[in-house]
Amino acid sequence: MALPANQPASRDQAKVMNRFDITKRMVALLRHEEAVIGGIGYTNFDLWAVGHRAQNFYMLGSMGLAVPIGLGVALAQPGRKVIALEGDGSILMQLGSLATVAARAPKNFCVVIMDNGAYQITGGQKALTAEGADVVAIARACGLRQSVWAADEGAFEELIALSLKEDGPWLIGCRIDSEKPKDTTERDPPIIKDRFMRGLGVK
Amino acid sequence: MADETLAGTWYEMVAAALKRHKVDLVTYVPDNVLRPLIDLVHADPYFTAFAVAREEEGLGINAGAWMGGRRGILLMQTSGFATLANSLASLPVPYQIPTLMLVSERGTLGEFNIGQQMVARTMRPVLDTLLIESPTITRIDELEFILDRAMTQAWATQSPCCFILSPLLTGGKVFAA
Repeated sequence: MALPANQPASRDQAKVMNRFDITKRMVALLRHEEAVIGGIGYTNFDLWAVGHRAQNFYMLGSMGLAVPIGLGVALAQPGRKVIALEGDGSILMQLGSLATVAARAPKNFCVVIMDNGAYQITGGQKALTAEGADVVAIARACGLRQSVWAADEGAFEELIALSLKEDGPWLIGCRIDSEKPKDTTERDPPIIKDRFMRGLGVK
Repeated sequence: MADETLAGTWYEMVAAALKRHKVDLVTYVPDNVLRPLIDLVHADPYFTAFAVAREEEGLGINAGAWMGGRRGILLMQTSGFATLANSLASLPVPYQIPTLMLVSERGTLGEFNIGQQMVARTMRPVLDTLLIESPTITRIDELEFILDRAMTQAWATQSPCCFILSPLLTGGKVFAA
């Protein structure tokens, strides 16, 4: 494991970035039809806003399930890299899933946590991440050894590139600001599923 | 596969039916009644079987696996099913993902825990409200037919399906005085 030298020791030391900007940087690094699962709300809105890809799946509800859904895709297609984008409020609902990922240890799986310390979509109420919960530290304690905070945009790109090249599982914590997403995902679940399955070569 | 035994116990028949339908991913939250089935799928290398921390997780994993081309089933008890309403209503039902569930029924026919009795009453109304096929299996001579037909129906209609295994089939969990 060759993690970047520039590694914040805790959430407080990571730079506050912008969700749309880092989502765009991440998508720009995808070259091999990697699957991306967008968690509910603004996380998948900005994934959609960056530009639809056939290998994107957008959740509409089922808060907290981006990591399990991504794990399922990773177990079904071990030859494909899978990234789950999840919010801090969402992952706090399903912390057990981090232990499940650690136990299964899928080499092709990376979790990206977008942490703005708030339930932004419901009015910006403070999340427990703003009161001391450090998702990266929690992930490490669940057994996900390759869990790191992205120090800044450059380090984020370096970590994504690393996760696409080296064996996972990975977890990348990203502090983000509270800017609104750039667009709203089309809400049509059967079409989202159908496009995703075709994008994964299943249909 | 033709050489699979169709005779035997309910759990051997369930495992054989899963194989016939190429369901090889088994997620579960442990349950005493389901223990022989859980032991069986762990012992058989055909299956990838593991426990999850919450039932919702298993539902998400199986939904993701289905979209990736792999079939899965979630095993749980009645009280575990009660944690699933929101996930069912927002994932497999609207996205039309034929995820499978198998519940060992508690709360009836000799239940000793009032909490199980109460929560069991929420199960069928939730399944019916969400229009999820949920055959209750009470007899071993009907088990194979129901499993095969209901799984075929789930794939064909892209709809989730929940099998409810009655204590009449499994023996259930009995009161230890």
